[in-house]
Amino acid sequence: MIPISWVFFLSLSLFTIGVFGVLARRNLLFILISLELMLNAVVIVFIAASRYHSASTANSDGQIMYLLVLTLAASEIAVGLSLVIHMYRQHHHLDIDKLNKLRD
Amino acid sequence: MLETIFIITAAIILISALLTITAHNVVHALLYLVVTMLAISLIFFILGASFAAALQIIVYAGAIMVLFIFVTMMLHQGEKSLAQERHLFHFTTSITALTLSSLLFFELIYMLFFTSADTANSMVTAQSSAIITVKDIGKQLYGPYSLLVVISALMLLSALITAIHISKSPATIQIKAKGDNL
Repeated sequence: MIPISWVFFLSLSLFTIGVFGVLARRNLLFILISLELMLNAVVIVFIAASRYHSASTANSDGQIMYLLVLTLAASEIAVGLSLVIHMYRQHHHLDIDKLNKLRD
Repeated sequence: MLETIFIITAAIILISALLTITAHNVVHALLYLVVTMLAISLIFFILGASFAAALQIIVYAGAIMVLFIFVTMMLHQGEKSLAQERHLFHFTTSITALTLSSLLFFELIYMLFFTSADTANSMVTAQSSAIITVKDIGKQLYGPYSLLVVISALMLLSALITAIHISKSPATIQIKAKGDNL
Protein backbone atom coordinates (compact mmCIF):
# COMPACT_ATOMS: atom_id res chain seq x y z
CA MET A 1 0.00 0.00 0.00
CA ILE A 2 1.62 3.21 -1.17
CA PRO A 3 0.30 6.56 0.08
CA ILE A 4 -0.68 8.69 -2.89
CA SER A 5 1.26 11.61 -1.41
CA TRP A 6 4.50 9.69 -2.06
CA VAL A 7 3.63 9.52 -5.74
CA PHE A 8 2.78 13.22 -5.72
CA PHE A 9 6.09 13.98 -4.02
CA LEU A 10 8.01 12.00 -6.65
CA SER A 11 6.14 13.73 -9.45
CA LEU A 12 6.62 17.26 -8.16
CA SER A 13 10.31 16.67 -7.50
CA LEU A 14 10.74 15.42 -11.06
CA PHE A 15 8.78 18.40 -12.38
CA THR A 16 10.95 20.84 -10.41
CA ILE A 17 14.10 19.20 -11.75
CA GLY A 18 12.70 19.67 -15.25
CA VAL A 19 11.91 23.34 -14.54
CA PHE A 20 15.46 23.86 -13.29
CA GLY A 21 16.80 22.27 -16.47
CA VAL A 22 14.71 24.51 -18.71
CA LEU A 23 15.75 27.62 -16.77
CA ALA A 24 19.43 26.87 -16.30
CA ARG A 25 20.56 25.18 -19.51
CA ARG A 26 21.30 27.22 -22.62
CA ASN A 27 21.77 24.31 -25.00
CA LEU A 28 18.60 23.61 -27.02
CA LEU A 29 19.05 19.82 -26.81
CA PHE A 30 19.17 19.91 -23.00
CA ILE A 31 16.05 22.08 -22.91
CA LEU A 32 14.20 19.45 -24.95
CA ILE A 33 15.43 16.73 -22.56
CA SER A 34 14.16 18.73 -19.57
CA LEU A 35 10.77 19.11 -21.29
CA GLU A 36 10.65 15.32 -21.57
CA LEU A 37 11.26 15.03 -17.82
CA MET A 38 8.43 17.47 -17.08
CA LEU A 39 5.99 15.58 -19.32
CA ASN A 40 6.89 12.35 -17.53
CA ALA A 41 6.24 13.95 -14.15
CA VAL A 42 2.75 14.94 -15.31
CA VAL A 43 2.08 11.44 -16.63
CA ILE A 44 2.93 9.85 -13.26
CA VAL A 45 0.22 11.97 -11.62
CA PHE A 46 -2.32 10.97 -14.29
CA ILE A 47 -1.75 7.27 -13.75
CA ALA A 48 -1.62 7.46 -9.95
CA ALA A 49 -4.83 9.49 -9.85
CA SER A 50 -6.71 7.09 -12.09
CA ARG A 51 -5.48 4.24 -9.90
CA TYR A 52 -6.66 6.06 -6.79
CA HIS A 53 -10.13 6.62 -8.25
CA SER A 54 -10.63 2.98 -9.21
CA ALA A 55 -11.46 1.39 -5.88
CA SER A 56 -14.40 -0.70 -7.09
CA THR A 57 -14.32 -0.64 -10.89
CA ALA A 58 -11.45 -0.68 -13.34
CA ASN A 59 -10.55 2.86 -14.43
CA SER A 60 -8.33 3.22 -17.47
CA ASP A 61 -8.67 6.99 -17.98
CA GLY A 62 -5.15 7.63 -16.75
CA GLN A 63 -3.61 5.31 -19.30
CA ILE A 64 -5.65 6.92 -22.09
CA MET A 65 -4.36 10.34 -21.08
CA TYR A 66 -0.90 8.76 -21.00
CA LEU A 67 -1.37 7.75 -24.64
CA LEU A 68 -2.27 11.36 -25.51
CA VAL A 69 0.76 12.73 -23.68
CA LEU A 70 2.97 10.14 -25.39
CA THR A 71 1.75 11.26 -28.81
CA LEU A 72 2.26 14.88 -27.79
CA ALA A 73 5.81 14.17 -26.63
CA ALA A 74 6.67 12.34 -29.84
CA SER A 75 5.42 15.15 -32.07
CA GLU A 76 7.04 17.79 -29.89
CA ILE A 77 10.38 16.01 -30.06
CA ALA A 78 10.13 15.58 -33.83
CA VAL A 79 9.50 19.29 -34.38
CA GLY A 80 12.03 20.34 -31.72
CA LEU A 81 14.82 18.18 -33.10
CA SER A 82 14.22 19.42 -36.63
CA LEU A 83 14.51 22.96 -35.23
CA VAL A 84 17.78 21.89 -33.55
CA ILE A 85 19.15 20.65 -36.88
CA HIS A 86 18.06 23.84 -38.62
CA MET A 87 19.63 26.02 -35.94
CA TYR A 88 22.87 24.07 -36.12
CA ARG A 89 22.99 24.54 -39.89
CA GLN A 90 22.54 28.29 -39.58
CA HIS A 91 24.63 29.13 -36.50
CA HIS A 92 26.95 26.10 -35.97
CA HIS A 93 26.15 26.00 -32.24
CA LEU A 94 23.08 25.44 -30.05
CA ASP A 95 23.27 28.42 -27.68
CA ILE A 96 19.76 29.88 -27.44
CA ASP A 97 21.07 33.19 -26.10
CA LYS A 98 22.56 33.88 -29.52
CA LEU A 99 19.11 33.73 -31.12
CA ASN A 100 18.51 37.48 -30.88
CA LYS A 101 18.75 38.42 -34.55
CA LEU A 102 15.22 39.85 -34.53
CA ARG A 103 16.15 42.30 -31.76
CA ASP A 104 19.15 43.83 -33.51
CA MET B 1 7.78 -4.81 0.37
CA LEU B 2 6.07 -2.72 -2.30
CA GLU B 3 6.90 0.44 -0.38
CA THR B 4 10.61 -0.41 -0.35
CA ILE B 5 10.64 -1.03 -4.09
CA PHE B 6 8.77 2.23 -4.64
CA ILE B 7 11.23 4.24 -2.55
CA ILE B 8 14.28 2.73 -4.26
CA THR B 9 12.79 3.36 -7.70
CA ALA B 10 11.86 6.93 -6.82
CA ALA B 11 15.42 7.55 -5.58
CA ILE B 12 16.80 6.16 -8.86
CA ILE B 13 14.45 8.43 -10.84
CA LEU B 14 15.40 11.58 -8.94
CA ILE B 15 19.16 10.91 -8.94
CA SER B 16 19.32 10.06 -12.62
CA ALA B 17 17.11 13.05 -13.51
CA LEU B 18 19.50 15.33 -11.61
CA LEU B 19 22.46 13.75 -13.38
CA THR B 20 20.65 14.18 -16.70
CA ILE B 21 20.24 17.92 -16.43
CA THR B 22 23.68 18.57 -14.94
CA ALA B 23 25.71 16.49 -17.41
CA HIS B 24 27.95 18.29 -19.86
CA ASN B 25 28.11 15.53 -22.43
CA VAL B 26 24.84 15.05 -24.34
CA VAL B 27 25.38 11.31 -24.72
CA HIS B 28 25.82 10.86 -20.95
CA ALA B 29 22.66 12.91 -20.37
CA LEU B 30 20.74 10.70 -22.78
CA LEU B 31 21.94 7.51 -21.08
CA TYR B 32 20.85 8.87 -17.69
CA LEU B 33 17.53 9.80 -19.29
CA VAL B 34 17.08 6.19 -20.45
CA VAL B 35 17.63 5.06 -16.84
CA THR B 36 15.00 7.58 -15.71
CA MET B 37 12.49 6.30 -18.29
CA LEU B 38 13.02 2.66 -17.29
CA ALA B 39 12.57 3.50 -13.61
CA ILE B 40 9.38 5.45 -14.40
CA SER B 41 8.05 2.39 -16.21
CA LEU B 42 8.75 0.39 -13.03
CA ILE B 43 6.67 2.97 -11.12
CA PHE B 44 3.85 2.38 -13.61
CA PHE B 45 4.10 -1.37 -12.98
CA ILE B 46 3.87 -0.76 -9.22
CA LEU B 47 0.79 1.42 -9.78
CA GLY B 48 -0.81 -1.39 -11.81
CA ALA B 49 -0.73 0.29 -15.21
CA SER B 50 1.11 -2.43 -17.10
CA PHE B 51 0.13 -1.22 -20.58
CA ALA B 52 1.51 2.24 -19.87
CA ALA B 53 4.69 0.68 -18.51
CA ALA B 54 5.21 -1.35 -21.68
CA LEU B 55 4.57 1.72 -23.83
CA GLN B 56 7.00 3.73 -21.71
CA ILE B 57 9.77 1.25 -22.47
CA ILE B 58 8.89 0.81 -26.15
CA VAL B 59 8.18 4.41 -27.14
CA TYR B 60 10.22 6.53 -24.72
CA ALA B 61 13.27 4.38 -24.06
CA GLY B 62 13.12 3.00 -27.59
CA ALA B 63 11.87 5.42 -30.20
CA ILE B 64 12.29 8.90 -28.71
CA MET B 65 15.76 8.13 -27.32
CA VAL B 66 16.86 6.80 -30.71
CA LEU B 67 15.66 10.06 -32.28
CA PHE B 68 17.72 12.04 -29.76
CA ILE B 69 20.79 9.88 -30.27
CA PHE B 70 20.59 10.23 -34.07
CA VAL B 71 20.50 14.01 -33.80
CA THR B 72 23.35 13.97 -31.27
CA MET B 73 25.34 11.75 -33.63
CA MET B 74 24.92 14.32 -36.39
CA LEU B 75 25.76 17.37 -34.27
CA HIS B 76 28.28 16.21 -31.67
CA GLN B 77 31.86 17.32 -32.25
CA GLY B 78 33.62 15.61 -29.39
CA GLU B 79 35.89 17.76 -27.26
CA LYS B 80 34.92 21.01 -28.98
CA SER B 81 31.23 20.83 -28.12
CA LEU B 82 32.14 19.60 -24.62
CA ALA B 83 34.20 22.72 -24.03
CA GLN B 84 31.38 24.86 -25.45
CA GLU B 85 28.92 23.21 -23.09
CA ARG B 86 31.20 23.72 -20.07
CA HIS B 87 31.28 27.38 -20.98
CA LEU B 88 27.48 27.52 -21.35
CA PHE B 89 26.49 25.74 -18.16
CA HIS B 90 28.25 25.85 -14.81
CA PHE B 91 27.21 26.46 -11.24
CA THR B 92 27.58 30.23 -11.08
CA THR B 93 25.35 30.85 -14.08
CA SER B 94 22.54 28.71 -12.70
CA ILE B 95 22.09 30.22 -9.23
CA THR B 96 19.02 32.23 -10.25
CA ALA B 97 17.40 29.21 -11.86
CA LEU B 98 18.22 27.13 -8.79
CA THR B 99 16.61 29.70 -6.49
CA LEU B 100 13.46 29.96 -8.59
CA SER B 101 12.96 26.24 -8.99
CA SER B 102 13.66 25.48 -5.32
CA LEU B 103 11.06 28.14 -4.44
CA LEU B 104 8.59 26.28 -6.67
CA PHE B 105 9.60 23.02 -5.03
CA PHE B 106 8.96 24.29 -1.50
CA GLU B 107 5.62 25.79 -2.56
CA LEU B 108 4.54 22.44 -3.97
CA ILE B 109 5.74 20.64 -0.84
CA TYR B 110 3.74 23.07 1.28
CA MET B 111 0.65 22.50 -0.87
CA LEU B 112 1.02 18.76 -0.67
CA PHE B 113 1.83 18.16 2.98
CA PHE B 114 0.70 21.18 5.00
CA THR B 115 -2.65 22.30 3.62
CA SER B 116 -5.00 19.32 3.34
CA ALA B 117 -5.01 16.41 5.72
CA ASP B 118 -6.86 13.84 3.65
CA THR B 119 -4.30 13.25 0.89
CA ALA B 120 -1.69 11.97 3.30
CA ASN B 121 -3.81 9.03 4.41
CA SER B 122 -5.18 7.91 1.06
CA MET B 123 -3.53 4.81 -0.34
CA VAL B 124 -2.98 3.70 -3.89
CA THR B 125 -1.79 0.24 -4.79
CA ALA B 126 -1.77 -2.31 -7.55
CA GLN B 127 -3.97 -4.85 -5.83
CA SER B 128 -6.80 -2.47 -4.97
CA SER B 129 -9.07 -3.19 -7.91
CA ALA B 130 -9.64 -5.19 -11.06
CA ILE B 131 -6.74 -5.53 -13.49
CA ILE B 132 -6.95 -3.18 -16.47
CA THR B 133 -6.28 -5.13 -19.65
CA VAL B 134 -5.34 -3.74 -23.03
CA LYS B 135 -8.82 -4.76 -24.26
CA ASP B 136 -10.44 -2.38 -21.76
CA ILE B 137 -8.23 0.47 -22.91
CA GLY B 138 -9.01 -0.27 -26.56
CA LYS B 139 -12.75 -0.31 -25.89
CA GLN B 140 -12.46 3.02 -24.08
CA LEU B 141 -10.32 4.51 -26.86
CA TYR B 142 -12.72 3.64 -29.66
CA GLY B 143 -15.83 4.31 -27.59
CA PRO B 144 -16.08 7.49 -25.51
CA TYR B 145 -12.56 8.71 -26.27
CA SER B 146 -12.65 8.43 -30.09
CA LEU B 147 -12.18 12.19 -30.46
CA LEU B 148 -8.84 11.79 -28.67
CA VAL B 149 -7.65 9.31 -31.32
CA VAL B 150 -8.55 11.75 -34.09
CA ILE B 151 -6.77 14.60 -32.31
CA SER B 152 -3.65 12.45 -31.83
CA ALA B 153 -3.69 11.51 -35.51
CA LEU B 154 -3.98 15.14 -36.58
CA MET B 155 -1.18 16.11 -34.18
CA LEU B 156 1.16 13.42 -35.52
CA LEU B 157 0.40 14.39 -39.12
CA SER B 158 1.06 18.07 -38.51
CA ALA B 159 4.27 17.25 -36.65
CA LEU B 160 5.39 15.08 -39.58
CA ILE B 161 4.77 17.83 -42.12
CA THR B 162 6.43 20.45 -39.90
CA ALA B 163 9.52 18.31 -39.30
CA ILE B 164 9.94 17.58 -43.01
CA HIS B 165 9.50 21.23 -43.92
CA ILE B 166 11.84 22.67 -41.27
CA SER B 167 14.66 20.17 -41.68
CA LYS B 168 14.74 20.54 -45.45
CA SER B 169 18.15 22.01 -46.27
CA PRO B 170 18.16 25.58 -47.68
CA ALA B 171 20.12 24.47 -50.78
CA THR B 172 17.36 22.10 -51.88
CA ILE B 173 14.74 24.79 -51.46
CA GLN B 174 16.76 27.22 -53.62
CA ILE B 175 17.25 24.62 -56.36
CA LYS B 176 13.53 23.88 -56.22
CA ALA B 177 12.71 27.59 -56.56
CA LYS B 178 15.04 27.95 -59.56
CA GLY B 179 13.40 24.95 -61.19
CA ASP B 180 10.01 26.50 -60.65
CA ASN B 181 11.15 29.75 -62.29
CA LEU B 182 12.42 27.90 -65.32
